[in-house]
Amino acid sequence: MSSSAIIMMVVGCGLVWGGAITAIIIALKVEKKNAAKA
Amino acid sequence: MRENWQSRKGFIFAAAGAAIGLGNLWRFPFQAYKNGGGAFLLPYLVALVTCAIPLMIMEYAYGRKIRGGSVKAFQQLGKKFEVVGWVQVMVPIVVMMYYCAIIGVSLVFMVLSLGHAFGMMNWLGDPGPVMGMVVGGAENALDLGAGMSLYILGAIVFVWLSNWLIVKKGIAGGIEKMSMIFTPMLLVMMIIFMINAVRLNGSAIGLEALFKPDFSKIMDPTIWVSAYAQVFFSTTLAVGVMIAYGSYLNDKADINNSAIITVLANSSFDLIAGILVFSTLGYLVQNMGVEFTSFGTGAGVAFIAFPIAISTMSSNVVIQGLLGFLFFFCLFIAGISSSISMLESFATAALDKFSISREKLITTISVVGFAGSACFASYAGFNFILDIVDSYVGNIIIAGLGLVEVILISYLYGTAKLREEANQYSDFKIGIWWDYLLKYFTPLLLGAVVITNIINIFTGMFSQDSVGVISNIIFGWGTVAIMIIASLIFNKKEWSEAPRLASQEGN
Repeated sequence: MSSSAIIMMVVGCGLVWGGAITAIIIALKVEKKNAAKA
Repeated sequence: MRENWQSRKGFIFAAAGAAIGLGNLWRFPFQAYKNGGGAFLLPYLVALVTCAIPLMIMEYAYGRKIRGGSVKAFQQLGKKFEVVGWVQVMVPIVVMMYYCAIIGVSLVFMVLSLGHAFGMMNWLGDPGPVMGMVVGGAENALDLGAGMSLYILGAIVFVWLSNWLIVKKGIAGGIEKMSMIFTPMLLVMMIIFMINAVRLNGSAIGLEALFKPDFSKIMDPTIWVSAYAQVFFSTTLAVGVMIAYGSYLNDKADINNSAIITVLANSSFDLIAGILVFSTLGYLVQNMGVEFTSFGTGAGVAFIAFPIAISTMSSNVVIQGLLGFLFFFCLFIAGISSSISMLESFATAALDKFSISREKLITTISVVGFAGSACFASYAGFNFILDIVDSYVGNIIIAGLGLVEVILISYLYGTAKLREEANQYSDFKIGIWWDYLLKYFTPLLLGAVVITNIINIFTGMFSQDSVGVISNIIFGWGTVAIMIIASLIFNKKEWSEAPRLASQEGN
């Protein structure tokens, strides 16, 4: 694979998958905080 | 008393399951391949942030505020707009009719894969004859006497029965429960298939074709329109599904982060599918000397290229058959989790307006839907009419409805009020940029998608022979006309109980 294809694959997948995982982590953290408050 | 989702996880799995469908498997990979490869990812990511996420937040927030499906949502903006809501919920019913036929083929291939595993037939290495046996052949869309596939018809009965059984149980007991099983199962299985595909000899050729950027195309407006269309259609926006799902959120549920998770889960699936499909095609290109588009750019990839690839992964027919079974089971789950959401979109809207039991309503829609699906079990229906109806209803109408929806809700209800509703209990808040995106940017881009689609439909229609033109008029414009007439009839009927206007709430 060419380096430009590898870069695009890493950047594209990294942003989408990384973004999804980050959003899920934020949601879990907030749920945990809310549960602790309750 | 209106039902609510029992958990946030259940809601997100249901919404992601609705967005993730069969189209992800072949639409995204070939859109990227045709539109600059890796360079397509740039407009695609921009479209996610500027169109899909803002619209998803809007639909969730407005659905919860109104506590109703699309019909009630538009009725609240003005009595004359109620018909827009009806057209919106007609779309998933029409789409379901042909979508269930495709899910049906997945089901038939699932069963045939088991036949392969148990040595009753050997077809995965050469799926052409089996495909021909299942979907038959017709000369054109008007060749209605060509015959009917009993395989697809039988499978459609099972698909509609599954939809009926799940949706009649309601939100928490049916859709949420099944989505909690189906969506994570689908994701795990697809990741396993993707990892296996990347290990194949020749996968690098496929990934190179998918991701090698051609930045000379980046200034071409058609790439941007394609990216916005891909993101918009893929996330099941503007067909009443997300408004209906949002209407079952409890008052203190997060909206902003849930919308982001739903959109990114769907896009993650797009990329998983892209890597899976092109790694597999790269393997076939290297080992069989075929082209990337030899199996077409649609369902042929799933139903012909994958069986061939599976048959070469192992010499053991039991393993081949079981791999085939698991792959088509993935397609079946992806299809069912979307089709139940389509059925719920219409059900929520109709239950808002008419005093009828959920079970009776779902049974009625399922019977009518099955009758419609049966038309697509005919050889002409599956091979020709399906594509015509999909290009009219699945493209033009949905994009047009999205444009109307974003303009009406942003300008008549107001983005500031909606932003307040969305921010109230969300994990993080959205700023005024969201208002600008919805009011100016998204309508502009969606308008471009609508105009491009209309131009494509007309130029495509007039470049065909007389049979093609007549088929387009009967099955394309005819379906659109039937949808509009049915919407007007439902619109005319009286509300069983007059709904309170949003402007009266709090008085």
